[in-house]
Amino acid sequence: MTSDYTYSYLAVVAMSLLDIVFVVGILGVSRLVQRRHIYPEKLTPYECGIPPVGDSRAPFAVRYYIFALLFVIFDVEAVFLFPWALVFRTLGGTGFVEMMIFFAVLLVGLIYAWGKGALEWV
Amino acid sequence: MSGVTDFLTSFLPGFLLALAVIAASAVVFPFLMRRVWGFMCDRLGPNRVGPQGLLQPFADGLKLFVKEDVTPSQAHKYLFLIAPAVALITPMLTQVVIPFSDNYTIANLNIGLIYLVAVGAFSVLGILIAGWASNNKYSLVGGLRAAAQMISYEIPLILNIVLVALLTGSLSLNMIVGAQETVWFGVVQPLAFIIYIIAGVAELNRTPFDLPEAESELVSGYNTEYGGMRFAFFAALIEWGNVTVWAMAGSTLFLGGWRGPLFNSPLWLAVKVGIITLVIIWFFSTFPRLQIDQLMSFAWKVLIPLSLLNVAVTSGFILLWPENFFLPTAIFSWSSIALFIILFPSVIRKVLLRNRLRLLATRKMTTVISGTGKGGIRS
Repeated sequence: MTSDYTYSYLAVVAMSLLDIVFVVGILGVSRLVQRRHIYPEKLTPYECGIPPVGDSRAPFAVRYYIFALLFVIFDVEAVFLFPWALVFRTLGGTGFVEMMIFFAVLLVGLIYAWGKGALEWV
Repeated sequence: MSGVTDFLTSFLPGFLLALAVIAASAVVFPFLMRRVWGFMCDRLGPNRVGPQGLLQPFADGLKLFVKEDVTPSQAHKYLFLIAPAVALITPMLTQVVIPFSDNYTIANLNIGLIYLVAVGAFSVLGILIAGWASNNKYSLVGGLRAAAQMISYEIPLILNIVLVALLTGSLSLNMIVGAQETVWFGVVQPLAFIIYIIAGVAELNRTPFDLPEAESELVSGYNTEYGGMRFAFFAALIEWGNVTVWAMAGSTLFLGGWRGPLFNSPLWLAVKVGIITLVIIWFFSTFPRLQIDQLMSFAWKVLIPLSLLNVAVTSGFILLWPENFFLPTAIFSWSSIALFIILFPSVIRKVLLRNRLRLLATRKMTTVISGTGKGGIRS
């Protein structure tokens, strides 16, 4: 039964749904047993006890975007790598050379980003 | 044939098992961590509740369960609610493909490795949602740091998982365990195993890579606004569940999974998970926190080129000796580790010194130009 193809994927879907049910259910039960005493000050964003200053949706450093962009490139590479690793033995030398060319392109990109200072945080 | 009842009867045990693994890890490991950490710091740790403090996690859980559940007025209500559920998807769903014994896997997907990587990425989403939905500056910065760090360290992690697929020629975790019958991949490819451990510790935001939760500057990072049971989800179930599942995946990929000396049983998997978790606790009490620039450059300038090199060389060996590539791979891997240990300290000392001097020079310049040595707010 467990080796059945559709069963496996249905199990994954059911698992993710049950996961949400589990979290919301536990929070609901916890809501029933807890003592509630809410006043406006308790609902303000936590800022070490002083009244919150300014908007929390503050602009943040552009570094995060650069690393996210670099990540996308390497993640696409990972998507390529998995099927390649799977059929590597049947592909033989051609597959190896092709992947090395791909690696070289990636490394050139990484070195370019490195040289441009994209990998420096501050 | 009633398909739905059939499906439920065969699926529910798996769901309960997954839940039990998460719950057990959330009970055992935080307690173990506090106690072992305490001994490593030459103090006692929690020892009051029950014999040797064994009931401490239950007391903590009960306390958090009856605590008031507050949603801040400015938070995004639904995202704030759904963030723990999204983050819990990772530990719940990744263990679906982990083989517990030679004939039991909760759902035996034939693309196990890709699934592991794909579902593993959900934890970033959960943390980012939590950080953004809280509408709190600490949470936002913590969430962003977590995202930056986790996506950076995901690449070396994926590259080393690919390496295991390369060694086996299969993406099914059952086949991977089967391929380690004679020798563990952790022995053939120790370099990959060590990078997997380092990248995993960063991926899980544990010390020394715990910048997203740096309590001295960010209070508690992305879960600052979470209290009561929601905090328990983040602090116990999700964090330690992730540690457990990552250790399970690591022991399946590199340490032979449920295979062990004398007898094969899920017990060996539990033992290996326990040992890997103890190593993490050991890291916790040994290392100070890294700086964020050191953290990011370690991922991009050291781990990623090293992993790429490792994949290239190992695939070359497989091409050259299709039958017995284990020995050359092991020689390469062990010798590169030795080389790394010999060379890394002197190289890193030089690089850090150069960076410090450069930083000092720029700081002097800005002091001269603007009259102050301080920059703006940096996150």
